[in-house]
Amino acid sequence: MLLLERRPVDSSLMRWTSPLLALVLTVTTGFVLFLSMGKDPMDGLKFFFITPISDLMGLAELGLKMAPLLLCAAGLTVCYRAKLWNIGAEGHFLMGALGASIMAVWLVDADGFWVLPVVLLAGTLAGMLWAAVASGLKTHLHCNEILTTIMLNYIALNLLLYVVHGPLKDPYGFGFPQSVMFADSALLPALIPGTRLHLGLAFGLLAAVLVWVLFARSFIGFQLNVVGQDHRAAAFAGFGARRLTWFAFLVGGATAGLAGASEVTGPIGQLVPQVSPGYGYTAIIVVFLGRMHALGIVVASALLALTFIGGEMLQIAMNMPKAVTGLFQGLLLFYLLICDAFIHYRIRLKWPSRQTTIAAKTVTGDA
Amino acid sequence: MAAALRLKLKNIVKEYPGCRANDGIDLTVEAGEIHALLGENGAGKSTLMKVIYGVVQPDEGRMLWNGHEVRVTSPAQARSMGIGMVFQHFSLFETLTVAENIALSLPPFEARDRKRLDERIREVSERYGMALDPRRYVSTLSVGERQRVEIVRCLIQESTLLILDEPTSVLTPHEVSSLFATLRQLASEGCSILFISHKLEEVRNLCHNATVLRQGRVSGDCRPAEVSANDIARLMVGNDTPISTQVTAAEPGEVLLNVRALKWKSNDPFGTSLKSVALELRKGEIVGIAGVAGNGQDELLKALSGEILVDAGSISLDGRGIENLAPNQRRNLGVAIVPEERLGRGAVPNMTLADNALLTASGQGLVNRGLIRFGRVREFSREVIRRFGVRCNDESSTAGSLSGGNLQKYIIGREALQNPRLLVASHPTWGVDVGSAVAIHEALVQLRDAGAAIVLISEDLDELYQLCNRLGALCNGRLSPLASTSELSIEQLGQWMAGEFESAEVNHVAA
Amino acid sequence: MELLTNVLAATVVAGTPLLLVALGELICERSGVLNLGQEGMMLMGAVAGFVAALTSGSLVVGVAAAILAGIGMSLLFAFMAVSLAANQYAAGLALTIFGTGLSAFLGAGFVGQSIDGFTRVAIPFLSDIPVLGRVLFDQDPLVYLSLMAFAGVAIFLRQTRGGLLLRAVGEDPEAANANGLNVLVLRYLAVAFGGGMAGLAGAYLSLAYTPLWTENMTAGRGWIALALVVFATWRPERVVLGAYLFGAASILHLVLQGLGWKSSTELLAMLPYVVTILMLVLLSWNPGRTRLNTPLSLGQPYRPGR
Repeated sequence: MLLLERRPVDSSLMRWTSPLLALVLTVTTGFVLFLSMGKDPMDGLKFFFITPISDLMGLAELGLKMAPLLLCAAGLTVCYRAKLWNIGAEGHFLMGALGASIMAVWLVDADGFWVLPVVLLAGTLAGMLWAAVASGLKTHLHCNEILTTIMLNYIALNLLLYVVHGPLKDPYGFGFPQSVMFADSALLPALIPGTRLHLGLAFGLLAAVLVWVLFARSFIGFQLNVVGQDHRAAAFAGFGARRLTWFAFLVGGATAGLAGASEVTGPIGQLVPQVSPGYGYTAIIVVFLGRMHALGIVVASALLALTFIGGEMLQIAMNMPKAVTGLFQGLLLFYLLICDAFIHYRIRLKWPSRQTTIAAKTVTGDA
Repeated sequence: MAAALRLKLKNIVKEYPGCRANDGIDLTVEAGEIHALLGENGAGKSTLMKVIYGVVQPDEGRMLWNGHEVRVTSPAQARSMGIGMVFQHFSLFETLTVAENIALSLPPFEARDRKRLDERIREVSERYGMALDPRRYVSTLSVGERQRVEIVRCLIQESTLLILDEPTSVLTPHEVSSLFATLRQLASEGCSILFISHKLEEVRNLCHNATVLRQGRVSGDCRPAEVSANDIARLMVGNDTPISTQVTAAEPGEVLLNVRALKWKSNDPFGTSLKSVALELRKGEIVGIAGVAGNGQDELLKALSGEILVDAGSISLDGRGIENLAPNQRRNLGVAIVPEERLGRGAVPNMTLADNALLTASGQGLVNRGLIRFGRVREFSREVIRRFGVRCNDESSTAGSLSGGNLQKYIIGREALQNPRLLVASHPTWGVDVGSAVAIHEALVQLRDAGAAIVLISEDLDELYQLCNRLGALCNGRLSPLASTSELSIEQLGQWMAGEFESAEVNHVAA
Repeated sequence: MELLTNVLAATVVAGTPLLLVALGELICERSGVLNLGQEGMMLMGAVAGFVAALTSGSLVVGVAAAILAGIGMSLLFAFMAVSLAANQYAAGLALTIFGTGLSAFLGAGFVGQSIDGFTRVAIPFLSDIPVLGRVLFDQDPLVYLSLMAFAGVAIFLRQTRGGLLLRAVGEDPEAANANGLNVLVLRYLAVAFGGGMAGLAGAYLSLAYTPLWTENMTAGRGWIALALVVFATWRPERVVLGAYLFGAASILHLVLQGLGWKSSTELLAMLPYVVTILMLVLLSWNPGRTRLNTPLSLGQPYRPGR
């Protein structure tokens, strides 16, 4: 009989193999799924995981999708380390896109090297503003941040829809809900000429490096860790929870806002209703999968970027619903959490007759 | 006395990974006997008790109940056999009434008729001098009253063996004597009582027989009334550990800390509000604050540490108002705090000892321009471990892996190495082995001799009398006057703990 | 008068899915488990209900399938959060993300199809009461079911031993265990009830409110319900009031348009979310009261024998 037994010490090996195990389980489930739908599973997996990145163009697309995920995830890592469950990256992202677009449309006739930085800054600040609302609600009015950030996501989405259908709508756009195209001076330069990959990825990698420095070297990173692990110890030590909450939320808002700004000034070049296919939500999975570690989120953001392009590829090549992306992402997070249980537990094979003794052994008591 | 055997344990063995908690324990309790189970923390008392009550199953050994061999597999079975247990941390639900709490542990058919149950509760509680109102919510009861609910619950289940786990640690001296009266009455009616404690005087006062445990084994049996407390202490700790510190008297210097009309209103419905607390503390002096847990000790500590902020003018350090300073700012002025909860407040369990040094000692040059100087952090941590004899692998051991006593030595050492001017320590030796307790007491006295002022909040009256220059008590958020230890009788202190005093602030104004 | 009656009736309809899911979550939270997966369970209920009703031709089969889908999802959550004692926040979030993805995948082939949903069934005599009759007793069967569920939950919590056990487990699982209650089993049952109710709420959306399936059709109602439970300080009567208050907020734009008010649909669509935040802010006026009513062990994993 299989029994779960608590490990005396958490397994650090499992901490890092759990994401791999989750990936294997997700792929296996995908295999079964393809079979059950009467499709060739090997083909399916190939189109999902391999084909999208088999040439330079594909790799560039991967980097393109990676950029917003990595930026959002870097900010969320700062929040989640401090156990601030900010689910609002999507809202910060949308506000960043909105803020940058308003600035870009306003500056549509301007020319000069300063235009792009100003547009990006507008987006970043808009993201921070949105995060500041949630932070203020948390620190001064004690509102649960999960609920407020979710609500703010929906509000941001409706605000963006309102603006794109109303004030910012291109009068010559044949009635489509979209803004005018931005000026060239407001567009991000390409990283690899001839592809759509733009400077946003560099922002993302820089953010990951900063996150690494923050948690590996700095005192404020240490304070965030303490708040996350034990808020009473943090209060005792005098690490002001309010100050740290503001810090984490503002960083989260800034990175996600910059991600939103990079998206409209990068591949899209104008404001459209479908700015985000859910980058802000997927970034949550990136953070968990990447173990809230700088290097981890870089790898995880690449993997999850692949699920976006892989989903599109399956739609084109095998006539599968595009929703397969969401399904893969959901499965991955789900398996991850189950595998994570084995950081704290191990499985033992025991005969039922000795069960009582084993059950008792999990009691660690104060012997 | 009836010599009928109620409970007999033979060769009980219980092993946990890395530790043999019970190693061949024999124990006999007769009907109507009050039997003490003595031992330090970690001696195996709790495990043995869990074995008897069916919470855990022993790896080896036999248990005889009223002469028949039994195997207790669950608390429910233990209860149905007539074994009742009063936990140290009560197993009551605060948001339910007394009657609802008792109904929960009765079989459904007995609990159905609430009216009859109310009557039985009244009847039983009055018969044993423990008046209780079945309709009251547990959250409105004092700690002593809650204990009565637990005892009454056992009696309603007609227990013939009552296990009490450190029952007096939460009571005032007066409540202790009324509890003892109840227990004696119960024993005279044939109920057996297993009394778990580490307070020797109480055991000598109450119990017929005692079994002493040390490191999982029985180190001796005795009739406590017939041997000295010192002999029992030797059985508990062995011969090679010092039992107590010799404390020399010291002359206090000028006033360092001045607390006046300290008020704080708790938002927390389960918390205590502080009402007009006044306290003057001199350099080189230890002032003790006695009191039953939950009477404002934690709030007072937080007001002094800066975890809660209070009105201007109510706390001054060396003449400077510090009420609006955060804990880290106060620490820079030489305020050190040792909170009651070692794990989860004084230290983060999953972090290393080095990281835990950084928790409060960051001002000791361990951080430069926002970046951590890891070399210095490790050095500081090693110094604490060396100077205070903390037993651990090295500074990269996690705080949670240390024993209570060793972690407490580390925390005290961490604060002591920062040369504090004011140290506030709450229950510093609670749950700590005797050897560590002595080391901690010595550290406190050394700090005092170095000129620090110390506030010692404790429930352990022996400790308070041993170390403190002056003593007072907290009750319901009010602080009694402080009196010189040599002139304060334990009866007087007990009355203060029960709230029988004029508020110190009133005295202050009158004086 | 006619307008008021119509508005109130529409309010009840709009509030019903919230009422259903919030009642389920209330029971779940009373046992000490915080399930943030409401949105995912609702979506699965909505898609399962729609697909089952469409293929079987029976709305009752649809409702049953929705409830089972909700329970199934909640058991996945219970396995993680109760059996494995995983972080309840993370497990709930995972459930929502998983449910969103899975429901979109399963329902992809059914977007754009429609069925004949539940219609109003007037209760004789009661529906003749002025105003109230139309508002409460001339509705579809699921509205009546939601009212019965409310009565059932209220009585269960106050009057029954089961309710006492549930409250005990939610307050202090350690003490409950010491008292011989089976914490894990009770929590599993509470979580499963919450899942069934969330599934039912999803079915209400796809079988009665708008009888069709679209991706993400719950539009945050699962999250609003979570806020609602806190706002109601874990009491069933206040959940009813809160649910209808939200119902009113979410149909306000229809009312205003009916009155000839010109305003952007997108801006008015924000209203329920803004109201949710305002409600959370209102709560902060009296944190003590909230704390007093919060199930004390809410959100904390329980490992037996620790």
